[in-house]
Amino acid sequence: MKAAHRDFDFQKDISGCGIFGVIHKKRGLLPGEMPIRAMACMHDRGNGLGAGYAAYGIYPEFADKYAFHLMCDDEAGVDAAEQLLRRFFDVAESEPIPTRRVPAVRKPPVVWRYFVSPKKDRPAGYRSLDELDYVVSVVMRINTRVPGAFVFSSGKNMGAFKGVGFPEDIAEFYRLEEYSAFIWTGHNRFPTNTPGWWGGAHPFTLLDWSIVHNGEISSYGINRRYLCENDYECTLMTDTEVVAYLLDLLIRKHGLSKQMAAKVFAPPFWDEIERMPKAEAEAMRALRITYGSAMLNGPFAILVADNSGLFGLNDRIKLRPLLVAEKDDMVFMSSEESAVREVCPELDRVWMPKAGEPVIVNLEA
Amino acid sequence: MLFRPVNNNYHDFVIDRDKDRCINCKVCVRQCSYEAHYWDENRQRVMHDNSKCVGCHRCEALCPTAALTIRKNPSEFRDNALWRPVFLKNIYKQADTGAVLLGAMGSPVDIPCYWDHLLLDASQVTNPSIDPLREPMELKTFLGSKPRSLEFATARDGSRRLKTKMPPQIELRYPIMFSAMSLGSINYNLHLAMARAAEETGICYNTGEGGLHKTLYRYGPNTIVQVASGRFGVHRDYINAGVGIEIKIGQGAKPGIGGHLPGEKITAMVAETRMIPLGSDAISPAPHHDIYSIEDLLQLIYALKETSEYRLPVSVKVAAVHNVAAIVSGIVRAGADIVAIDGVRGGTGAAPCMIRDNVGIPIELAIASVDQRLRDEGIRSQASIVAAGGIRCSADAVKAIALGADAVYIGTAALVAVGCTLCARCYTGKCPWGIATNDPKLAKRQNPDLAARKLANLIRAWGHEMEEMLGGMGLNSIESLRGNRDKLRAVGLSREEMDILGVKHAGN
Repeated sequence: MKAAHRDFDFQKDISGCGIFGVIHKKRGLLPGEMPIRAMACMHDRGNGLGAGYAAYGIYPEFADKYAFHLMCDDEAGVDAAEQLLRRFFDVAESEPIPTRRVPAVRKPPVVWRYFVSPKKDRPAGYRSLDELDYVVSVVMRINTRVPGAFVFSSGKNMGAFKGVGFPEDIAEFYRLEEYSAFIWTGHNRFPTNTPGWWGGAHPFTLLDWSIVHNGEISSYGINRRYLCENDYECTLMTDTEVVAYLLDLLIRKHGLSKQMAAKVFAPPFWDEIERMPKAEAEAMRALRITYGSAMLNGPFAILVADNSGLFGLNDRIKLRPLLVAEKDDMVFMSSEESAVREVCPELDRVWMPKAGEPVIVNLEA
Repeated sequence: MLFRPVNNNYHDFVIDRDKDRCINCKVCVRQCSYEAHYWDENRQRVMHDNSKCVGCHRCEALCPTAALTIRKNPSEFRDNALWRPVFLKNIYKQADTGAVLLGAMGSPVDIPCYWDHLLLDASQVTNPSIDPLREPMELKTFLGSKPRSLEFATARDGSRRLKTKMPPQIELRYPIMFSAMSLGSINYNLHLAMARAAEETGICYNTGEGGLHKTLYRYGPNTIVQVASGRFGVHRDYINAGVGIEIKIGQGAKPGIGGHLPGEKITAMVAETRMIPLGSDAISPAPHHDIYSIEDLLQLIYALKETSEYRLPVSVKVAAVHNVAAIVSGIVRAGADIVAIDGVRGGTGAAPCMIRDNVGIPIELAIASVDQRLRDEGIRSQASIVAAGGIRCSADAVKAIALGADAVYIGTAALVAVGCTLCARCYTGKCPWGIATNDPKLAKRQNPDLAARKLANLIRAWGHEMEEMLGGMGLNSIESLRGNRDKLRAVGLSREEMDILGVKHAGN
């Protein structure tokens, strides 16, 4: 894709954060109260300028539909976005996302959700795309072309809920205690250079990928250009967005495993590669040579969820905290142990994953 | 000295000899290959002729009593902003000789240098800077075509095995290489020194277009062989001698014209290596006589790939000219694995001054527009980009990489490391520092052991500095800097210049 005019002239968000994730491997439903309390425990890791959650398994009645969560500056934005949405999709259900008024949450946007499936007769120019690319292209189109409208989640049987506020306030606003999910992630944000924007809060999502991220991606400038070459346009003024698109590119389009994608993000050092067995060294060498521009450099801890599981990853010199804990069929990943102990005081096992070593937890079939 | 043409008095330098210090030891007489110093039998002391001084500072450096200082000639023409002295002197010379003005090294004229208008970023608070003395810092670079994606197979034990066949790569420990300087334009001692330094530091040197001396084949793992329009010294073993092959189309110092190594410089060793008769002129035509368009270049690229059985990446070197982005796009589509781009400030052993000073564009703009064009066309991964032409320090190299280059070539900087003072008289063959000369008496002034050490020191020193700059930016691997223009800000550039460079102004 040709870069847009003055593509380099972007503002990038910088923030410190707290993150929390929990997965029930046997798809047991965990109440929203759990991630809310965990995030509230890490209140001080944010500054009230952004918080959010992603939840998997919350729309079983529409499990085969893409759940579009839309935020708009006003009703006109909703109308424009809906008009576009109906050109591309059959809408099974649409409704405002249930919210309640919270004093701490000021000037919320209009939030709306749609459960959709792609039209059989697609608009010209979109017929050759496979279904997922089709969905992605509509998301991109709304986010870049419809003024004041923004799709903040678009996967099946999952949803993101985010905004400007502290995590406990955002949870109250979205009435999250009314949902139960088998995977939850949460995020508390401490941006240092941008005013809070609802769309800029975490999690970031694409299809059913959701990402919460603590850190700064210093390689953002090249990650962004690499994605542009591969037809992804970054629009959100934040570095976390590139993680979502890179996952889509590496895993869905290039067919890499989560393990390999994690090695692209946080590759082993060359001197480690030299010490590996021959076949593995060759694989890692090729991975670094080919995907150097997709490496995430800089301090980060990320939690990535999709409908198959949850994985956590640190940068390769572990410049951000990330802790993993297990209790029965639950696995927790968190910036701080206190947040985990708050919601599950007794744990079977607690450990700090090594730098660059992904912790991948898959749902049992 | 009234017997000389009057314009000889408009010389550039004067030799300042401190008579109290001078002991008439004649070191300066022996050192000056231009005979500016001489022994005056009548006066029984060392004298000098300022008009012959080229400003190389060799005598000053070697004078045992520090009696010599080379200064600019204080004689001044009447001020004239338009008719500056250099134009007057050139016209006087040409009126005497009727000849083309010859120059050497990179252009000395004041073409804007964008490196000086670009500043780097550093981490503060929200991301920690990384200390290269405590943490790993990776500069390792691979040049060659990269696949767009990879396929892996899972073995029975769960380990991953690569299924994709990787195209050949040149592995460099530092993203720096010694630029093409042919045997003949510089002498064997320096070729040997470059080869040894490249081996020691895990980088490559480029043979230039004069072939590869038979004793240097053992440095093959650190050698890129060049094939230019003269085809000097090109044969099957030569093509297969190194880790890469470079087709030289153009040179930044003299885009659009060829080269001419005069017969006097074709010694037995140079003749043998170039495979030409002793004492015959070695002429590189302006175009390759088998390349009159891009489809012909494709044939040469694949002829070389066939000859090397697809084991080696093929590079194409071009001068940075007006349409460089479109030209490089064509070269990549023609199958080049690496494209080296040489900017207007690139050096040379000999070039007409008018060409050197007026043809081509700055490398910064060329790299930026080429990198962006290749990305826009989705072919950036098909070839690596090497920036050349006026890289003066490690910060220039870092900025080139942030603009989008994979690595840089250094030529002038390497020669300066072994003593060159940029007197820019390489074409005379009398280089007093023993660099651009094949005169055995002068060439032996370069000891290959010492020269190799200095070159290796330079690479290591730049490497340390690059690591510091990378770590400061919160990066621990060079691939995260490559094309990462967010790490650059411009100072004092116009909107147009920043648009081409793809860089925001400082403060934004």
